[in-house]
Amino acid sequence: MIVTPVWYMMLAAALFVIGAGGLLLRRNALIMFMSIELMLNAVNLTFVAAARQLGDINGQVSVFFVMVVAAAEVVVGLAIMVAVFRRRASASIDELAELRG
Amino acid sequence: MTEFIWIVIALPLLGAVVLHFLGSRLGEPRAGLVGFGMVGAAFVIAAIAAVPFFQGESHGEQVFLFDWIEGLGAAASLLWDPLSAVMTLVITGIGALIHLYSIGYMHGDPGFSRFFTYLNLFIASMLILVLGDNFGLLFVGWELVGLCSYLLISFWNEKPSAAAAGKKAFIVNRIGDVGFLIALMLIFTTFGTLAFDVVLSHEAWDVNGIELGVGLVTAITLLLLVGGTGKSAQLPLYMWLPDAMEGPTPVSALIHAATMVTAGVYMIARTAVLFELAPVSSAIVASVGAVTALFAASIALKQRDIKRVLAYSTISQLGYMFLAVGVGAYVAGIFHLFTHAFFKALLFLGSGAVIHAMADEQDIGRMGGLRKAMPVTHMTQVVGWLAIIGIFPFAGFWSKDEILAVTFGKGGGYYVLWAIGLLTALLTAVYMTRWIALTFWGEKRYADDLHPHEAPGTMVLPLIVLAGFSVGVGFWNTPFLPSMEHFLEPAFEGVEQAHLPEGLVPWVLAAVSVGVAVVGAFYAYRRYRGAGAVELAPIGKGSWSLVEEAYRVDDLAGRFIVSPGRAVSNFMAFVVDRDVIDGAVNGLATAVRTAGERLRPLQSGFVRQYGLGLVAGTVGLLVWFASRGLG
Amino acid sequence: MFPTLSVMIWLPVLGAAIVATIPRKRSEIALPVGLGFAALVLALAGNVVWTFVSGDADFQFVEQATIYAPWGITYHLGVDGISLLLVALTAFLMPIGILASASVTERHKEYMAAMLMLEAGLLGVFLSLDLVLFFVFFEVMLVPMYFIIGIWGGERRVYAALKFFLYTAIGSAFLLAGIIFLGAMASDQLGTPSFDYTVLLALDIPPSTQRWLFVGFAIAFAIKIPLFPFHTWLPDAHVEAPTVGSVMLAGVLLKLGTYGLIRFNLPLFPQASVDFAGVMVALAVIGIIYGALVAIVQPDIKRLVAYSSVSHLGFIVLGTFALSAQGLSGGVIQMVNHGLTTGALFLLVGMIYDRRHTRQISDYGGIARVMPIFAGLFLFTAFASAGLPGLNGFVGEFLVLLGSYARHPAATITAAFGVLLAAIYLLWAYERVFTGPNDKPENQGLKDLNAREIGIMVPLVAMIIFLGVYPKPALDRIGPSVGAVVERVENAAVLPTEWEAATR
Repeated sequence: MIVTPVWYMMLAAALFVIGAGGLLLRRNALIMFMSIELMLNAVNLTFVAAARQLGDINGQVSVFFVMVVAAAEVVVGLAIMVAVFRRRASASIDELAELRG
Repeated sequence: MTEFIWIVIALPLLGAVVLHFLGSRLGEPRAGLVGFGMVGAAFVIAAIAAVPFFQGESHGEQVFLFDWIEGLGAAASLLWDPLSAVMTLVITGIGALIHLYSIGYMHGDPGFSRFFTYLNLFIASMLILVLGDNFGLLFVGWELVGLCSYLLISFWNEKPSAAAAGKKAFIVNRIGDVGFLIALMLIFTTFGTLAFDVVLSHEAWDVNGIELGVGLVTAITLLLLVGGTGKSAQLPLYMWLPDAMEGPTPVSALIHAATMVTAGVYMIARTAVLFELAPVSSAIVASVGAVTALFAASIALKQRDIKRVLAYSTISQLGYMFLAVGVGAYVAGIFHLFTHAFFKALLFLGSGAVIHAMADEQDIGRMGGLRKAMPVTHMTQVVGWLAIIGIFPFAGFWSKDEILAVTFGKGGGYYVLWAIGLLTALLTAVYMTRWIALTFWGEKRYADDLHPHEAPGTMVLPLIVLAGFSVGVGFWNTPFLPSMEHFLEPAFEGVEQAHLPEGLVPWVLAAVSVGVAVVGAFYAYRRYRGAGAVELAPIGKGSWSLVEEAYRVDDLAGRFIVSPGRAVSNFMAFVVDRDVIDGAVNGLATAVRTAGERLRPLQSGFVRQYGLGLVAGTVGLLVWFASRGLG
Repeated sequence: MFPTLSVMIWLPVLGAAIVATIPRKRSEIALPVGLGFAALVLALAGNVVWTFVSGDADFQFVEQATIYAPWGITYHLGVDGISLLLVALTAFLMPIGILASASVTERHKEYMAAMLMLEAGLLGVFLSLDLVLFFVFFEVMLVPMYFIIGIWGGERRVYAALKFFLYTAIGSAFLLAGIIFLGAMASDQLGTPSFDYTVLLALDIPPSTQRWLFVGFAIAFAIKIPLFPFHTWLPDAHVEAPTVGSVMLAGVLLKLGTYGLIRFNLPLFPQASVDFAGVMVALAVIGIIYGALVAIVQPDIKRLVAYSSVSHLGFIVLGTFALSAQGLSGGVIQMVNHGLTTGALFLLVGMIYDRRHTRQISDYGGIARVMPIFAGLFLFTAFASAGLPGLNGFVGEFLVLLGSYARHPAATITAAFGVLLAAIYLLWAYERVFTGPNDKPENQGLKDLNAREIGIMVPLVAMIIFLGVYPKPALDRIGPSVGAVVERVENAAVLPTEWEAATR
């Protein structure tokens, strides 16, 4: 059985949908973060696969960018979560609307 | 010698600078002597430099000093020709006498040295005006004399009326200057330069291939006339001159009688080449002059202020000069300018001596009988009076009669202007006789605690000198010996001038105008030499209030120009600008803020709501792409 | 070669950094340190003016380096006749402004740092020959000005500062779009993107595109000038700004707009300049008359001077779009002259405000008697501003009016009435403030100017007289560059037929 790029794409799509679903359905902020990571990595997967298929190194470069940014984002996001936990002892996203306009 | 003519300007300018910085340290009377010395020295240099013209050896020269605005052909370059020489001699000569007089007149004034600073600055500015070799420099002098006039009229500026009069003079002059500026735009656009030697020379036009349409020349000359009416106080821009009498009397004599106000006449004479090509403009100049002469003379009939009578008289006499240059009698115009400068300065300085003696009283209704208290002043004023009403052989006779005779000689519609001129001569005789009779003759009508006295020597000496000239200068240009005409010939080369009619006509006309003057003088003498309470109206017992209030022109101007102007400004500032334009700007800002307020609820702060929005948007986009087909 | 221009721009930045590190306890030395840096810049500027070759239309003292090659952004500096005098004006007004800062009583350090950054920004704008660089400086200079108004200003300072900032920033957006479009166009036509002014001059821009770009640039500059009807930020900014803020604002900042029009709009978009000349001239003349009319009835003397700026700047725009050598020379020299006279007027208004803490004309009257030197200087400056021949204001106005008539007769005639209105608002204000009886008790004890204040005014007065009597050195330096602009426009654009007839 030959693993064609389509397989990778399908896998990435599945991962992305799982991530998106998690983001929308779960209330726990930590889980939502994990869902976002899942979506980002799904996209990374498509990049790598496409780069390999098209023989263009730029796709892989983009993946590094995404990974670095995602790491930074997680650091900031978790720091915020910790700060929120200290004050509320709850990670339920529905109770947080501090940034209401 | 000629190349050093700039020293004539530099001396009074230096005087102004020195007096400005060191004047108060010099004190009285040294500050005045410095001022007098500078102008006197300038006169001597000018006189020496003018010798070649008297000998008929020179036609005039240009003296280049330095570049000013090269792109406009406006260099700091002087033109020393007979016309500018006459003007320079009048300005420095009479200027020096008036400086001398002022040392006595301004005695004890806290602004003594400031006065001489301004006076010296004025002399320098006026010399720039008459010596400039291009319209640019002429305009520089033109504006600077306006500045000096402003400074000197509002010299005693704690008096609100003096401050207002100075401002009025400057602003009314500026109205004329707008006309002048527009004329300069046309001249520059037509000739490509402002230099006299290109603009005012037929040969230069041929060389440069300039073709002048009559319409264009008429427009240029009419606009120049607008400038001239401002500076020379002709209709309709004369209103500032009577108010200018708020200034110290020597200022009235120097600036508002002898020199600055004649700048318009000088300018028209200087640009004679252009006016010659525009007969319509010339006719308008003549008409403006004649009408102004009569108009101002009629107002002078009922004025009570010793200086206001002379102010209106000056406007009237300037009208004669405009009439002269309008009919093409440029020499006659300059000649009248020349004689008038002497006798009008004399009359003003005389009234200054009277005001001085009467402890600042200026109402001729409360004078009378000053002949005994001030015999020398009185004698000089009699000379001035005879000169201005045109009695043979005083200066005014020769110049005024030449103007009237030439006007008569033009014939046609000019008979009307001649008649107006003659009527003006009658009125002049009446109001000037009234003036001298109410002031010097009859019984005294002033309070007993006033003890008028003869003026000090520095004031009397100029009076005597000027009185002498008021007799003598008329002989410079008599019909028997027109020396001035020969003298000025080079300045009007190539300009066709109007001349006296042939034969006996001038003599008859002279007899007529002298007769008219004598009749007028005799009538006024009978009416006003009486003692006690004096009827001030010229005829009958009517109130003559319309004339006394100068036809209420100031009132009308206030009502129809100043007030609406201010209303427009207010409307612009507080309705258009503040409410409409700035309102629109602030309205836009408010609109943006309101939109923000309205959109604010969208930011609920619930992350999942945002997430739902994202998904909905993505799905929407996908549907849209799908509906268009993915290809 | 010594990089004079770079040093002029970066020296104030260094100065600002040094001032910022002064310990708070010693903050009083901020002023002398700042003054020292401004004086150094003035010395350099003087050297540039002196060694500038006056017969040359090209850029001089050029410095060139690459900032980011792929996008064609370069560090390109140079000075020609159009920018030379504005550079000199900036360097000249800055030390005077710093000396006049006695009224600043708090936050000396921050204040001086802002002033020096402002100077760097202004010099950068005039010296940049790369559009991106120009834009950066154009924006950078807003920041210190915002703080100068917003921190050291009057009662409504925050409103005024915000209005100033937002208004200008909106204009800048159009400018930026235009600049990027030009860069992209260079990429299409030359194969490589470029924002270098001298390179962009070689572009062949179709007339319709020129019009769009012209409008984009012109909106930014019209707000800066300010051209009617974009002027209402100016009176607010002036009234609320501290004296120095007003001096720099009127003296130099407003000229960025007119400078931009001459530097960019005319040479880059010649056809559009000709097409839009009528509109620009109409707005300019409306501004001249309207600004003057509004100035007449202002009760606040600083507002009056602010509106007089609207009127005077109109002359510059009129001269610019006369597209003649005289008109443009007049416009350029009028920029300098307006900077000197209006700067001087704002300084004088500041001096009286420091004494009486009111700007209302009706609170004064007859103060010439107690303050004769002040009255004399004010009158002198007012006449310079009203265009009295022999003083500087006249040279520019005269050149503009005479140079513009051939192509815009009706507009120029209307503009001539601005000269009359200027005399009315200035002399009427003088009359109400200085003459008549001094009958208000608060005004009777006013002290005349002290030595420091006179010292501030002396250089201004000297320049006002010098440029009025002998403008030749200035005009000689302006002439060739301006001539090149006119020639470029006339060669590159189709002129209306009535223009051809009017100029032989």
